Amino acid sequence: MISELSHFLNAIDIPADWVGLRAMKEASTTRSVRDGIPETNGSSLTQGVMVEVLVNGQIGYAATNLLSLEGIRAAAQKAYQQAIAASEWNIYSTPLSARPKVVGQYVSPLMKPFDALSPGEINELLIKITRELKVSDQIVQTSATALTTEAETWFVSSNGSEVYQHFFRIGTDYSATAQEGGVVQRRSNNGWLASCYQGGLEYFITPDLWSRVQQIGTQAIELLTAEDCPSETTTLVLAPDQMLLQIHESVGHPLELDRILGDERNYAGGSFVKLKDFGNLVYGSPLMNITFDPTVSGEFASYSFDDTGAPATREYLIKEGVLQRGLGSLESQARTGVKGVACSRASSWNRPPIDRMANLNLEPGNKSFEKLIAGIDRGVYMESNRSWSIDDQRHKFQFSCEYAKRIENGKLTTTLRNPNYRSITPQFWGGLVAVGDRSTWQMYGTPMCGKGEPNQAITVGHGSPIAVFADIEVFGGGA
Amino acid sequence: MTMLETSFNQLVDEIRNQLKPEEQFTLTLESEQSQFTRFNHAKVRQTGTVNDGSLQLVLMHNQRSSYREFPFTGNLESDRQIANDAIAALREEVAQLPENPYLVLPAGNNTSREVHTGQLLDSEAVVSTLIPIVSDLDFTGIYAAGSVIRAYADSVGQKHWFATDSYSLDYSLFTADGQAVKGTFAGSNWNDAAYKAKIEESRSQLARMAQLPKSIQRGQYRTYLAPAAVAELMTMLSWGGISEASHQQGGSCFSAMRRGEKKLSPKFTLKENFKSGVVPRFNDLGEIAPLELSLIESGELINMLTSSRTAKEYGLEANGATSGEELRSPEILPGDLKHDRILSALGTGLYLSNLHYLNWSDRPTGRITGMTRYACFWVENGEIVAPIENLRFDDSLYQFWGENLIALTSFREFIPDVGTYSHRNLGGLLAPGMLVDRFTYTL
Repeated sequence: MISELSHFLNAIDIPADWVGLRAMKEASTTRSVRDGIPETNGSSLTQGVMVEVLVNGQIGYAATNLLSLEGIRAAAQKAYQQAIAASEWNIYSTPLSARPKVVGQYVSPLMKPFDALSPGEINELLIKITRELKVSDQIVQTSATALTTEAETWFVSSNGSEVYQHFFRIGTDYSATAQEGGVVQRRSNNGWLASCYQGGLEYFITPDLWSRVQQIGTQAIELLTAEDCPSETTTLVLAPDQMLLQIHESVGHPLELDRILGDERNYAGGSFVKLKDFGNLVYGSPLMNITFDPTVSGEFASYSFDDTGAPATREYLIKEGVLQRGLGSLESQARTGVKGVACSRASSWNRPPIDRMANLNLEPGNKSFEKLIAGIDRGVYMESNRSWSIDDQRHKFQFSCEYAKRIENGKLTTTLRNPNYRSITPQFWGGLVAVGDRSTWQMYGTPMCGKGEPNQAITVGHGSPIAVFADIEVFGGGA
Repeated sequence: MTMLETSFNQLVDEIRNQLKPEEQFTLTLESEQSQFTRFNHAKVRQTGTVNDGSLQLVLMHNQRSSYREFPFTGNLESDRQIANDAIAALREEVAQLPENPYLVLPAGNNTSREVHTGQLLDSEAVVSTLIPIVSDLDFTGIYAAGSVIRAYADSVGQKHWFATDSYSLDYSLFTADGQAVKGTFAGSNWNDAAYKAKIEESRSQLARMAQLPKSIQRGQYRTYLAPAAVAELMTMLSWGGISEASHQQGGSCFSAMRRGEKKLSPKFTLKENFKSGVVPRFNDLGEIAPLELSLIESGELINMLTSSRTAKEYGLEANGATSGEELRSPEILPGDLKHDRILSALGTGLYLSNLHYLNWSDRPTGRITGMTRYACFWVENGEIVAPIENLRFDDSLYQFWGENLIALTSFREFIPDVGTYSHRNLGGLLAPGMLVDRFTYTL
């Protein structure tokens, strides 16, 4: 494909300062079962080419699914016209250095290929999961889903770039909904579709699969008679499957340089972080160490190059609580003078790259789970995201979880349902009082991070240990 | 007939001719040729075009089914090849899948063809048309335009074709200290004068935002929600709300109404209404939705959106819903609060133009949380005092559409769906403004 794309590139005859072709072919499968009956089975193939041209400091793009020389040349002409028409009003003059020459490749780690199980066998497995989840007649619905994606991208450019990346991604989810009268409780495996990884079926058929399925069903029933989460200000302990969301919303998005530059203000919003904050803002307590790390094997958004060809490396965004650098592409770095990372990403061939998270992780501390809990007189421990909402500056948030436990005198005690908490980002992270060690660190992800105009849903990964926050407002459900 | 329609029809014929006895299929098409130009600070941030098309072929046989999605380019030769590969792969896969007793086969003899042509800006004229009159403003947003196609065909001969030219400009204007007003300008025929008038209207709204924002303490306040804010609340009803399947499976906020435990205000009526014709009436089985369908009438739950699949599983009547049972062309009926009486009827409280980032905080009890956003004001004795700092609300629809609903406005606004995930969305929501008592703010 690289040679074919290079041939197309060579045949493009426009007076541009730079031309890039990014081709993508993505094949995905969706299989889901509800209550023992197949709900969805299918596969999707999408393929096309994004043509970018740089003229007079303005990039114009044209995406097409016509994979012929004629189609690519027509797209290049459109992209050129777009750039010319806009160059008089461009927001900044894009330097050629925003599209560096790079040559390389990346392949996801893969132990158990997707075709190790036939579609029929995957359905049998999903059916068995839904049946095992129904531990009681009070379970009114069970579901199980497996998603796989094999994506290949090829990038060539007029300044000599040649990049090939091959991704294998898997996402799984299973849940049980329990109901008794007007009380309804849903429990899932780490929150909706949080089990997302790069790799194969090894992330689905895990040694603890059936014990976990049993636990999910049992906990759904347990929640029906649990106390509602109390309304109080207390110590909050979050499991890694909720830290996924917490890091994403209150650290990742506010640090995106395009939000700070205002590009995103009409859609997802801006940020409370200002450009002058980089290098000195105390974002959280000294225990807070956040890395952008696309090098973690198996984490959902690992890669070697972003979609403009920038080589991806592990970098601290926040070190010992102090803001170091932003989630900003080479373009955003050129616009701001702030250090960034290789994070210019597009959701598919038909969308232009923008500043995105990839893998964003909280680095582990030095306390085991038992020691963390033992040090708390009174608090609430929460697992698995259920609801999320945060303001357009990424300041005031309210999140809820599926399952919680009261912490009393250093021990987990009664189960709590409808656990919610709300806070303001700097106060929240300033209250980070303890961080679990490597044994508590887990990684999750989601394929559904939404941003951009036109809109793009993209993959992100988040790893975290257990984390403890002081003086957080928690509360329960009800009208 | 366009080249794409001809190509689609030829492909349908090819698939029909290949069908074996006892096999059934549905074929749906989503296609667009779009221009996207993104602005920030009244300058161009990104600009480009997207030519895309995707077919979904569902093969049904022996009470089993699977689908393949694949590109639709309009080039019959390459599209035919990929469709043939898809049929072969589907035959192999369907044979090994478990039975689905609730599989619904296509039936009926519905056909339709709607083509709405418009007059859009030439792509090369977009920037030079839009920017000059906002160049003194902090203008940000996106212009999206072009042709969008939705089509359907199946093995029993049903066929639908819906093609429309449209544009939307979704924008915000900001003050120097970050306060903002929101505007959307959409249609099928570009009108320079209307665009200028719209920007002038937004410009005058922005002038109201010049004052320092007022910080409001958490609590309950009498509140006016403008149509765009009400539309945000309506979108929640497509997510664990008005779906019959959600109710049957424990996931609907309206189950308390179905059990007879709750009602909404007699002032509240929600319908699906396709009379405007901005979205296709056919669904993913080729069925045609009724022109109007009452969902909640004077506070009573009348219907939930029920797909044929759900109907078969639970022994109910289907009502033309899609398989996702989401609202496609919803409206809330207006009330009697006149535009010029809004502030005086509000008296002292909050005036909210928009809401942002809504989510369920407790779905079974209908509780929704979210943020205020854009042109939200503190009002005293019927006079706007100052814009407010962002506030978080957390309240139940059984309160704000129930006993706390004071009035709905006598006018409504069409809020276009400007979403562009995967493809450009069509349609929108028709909503009045509403005045509610004791709206709950928590942060």
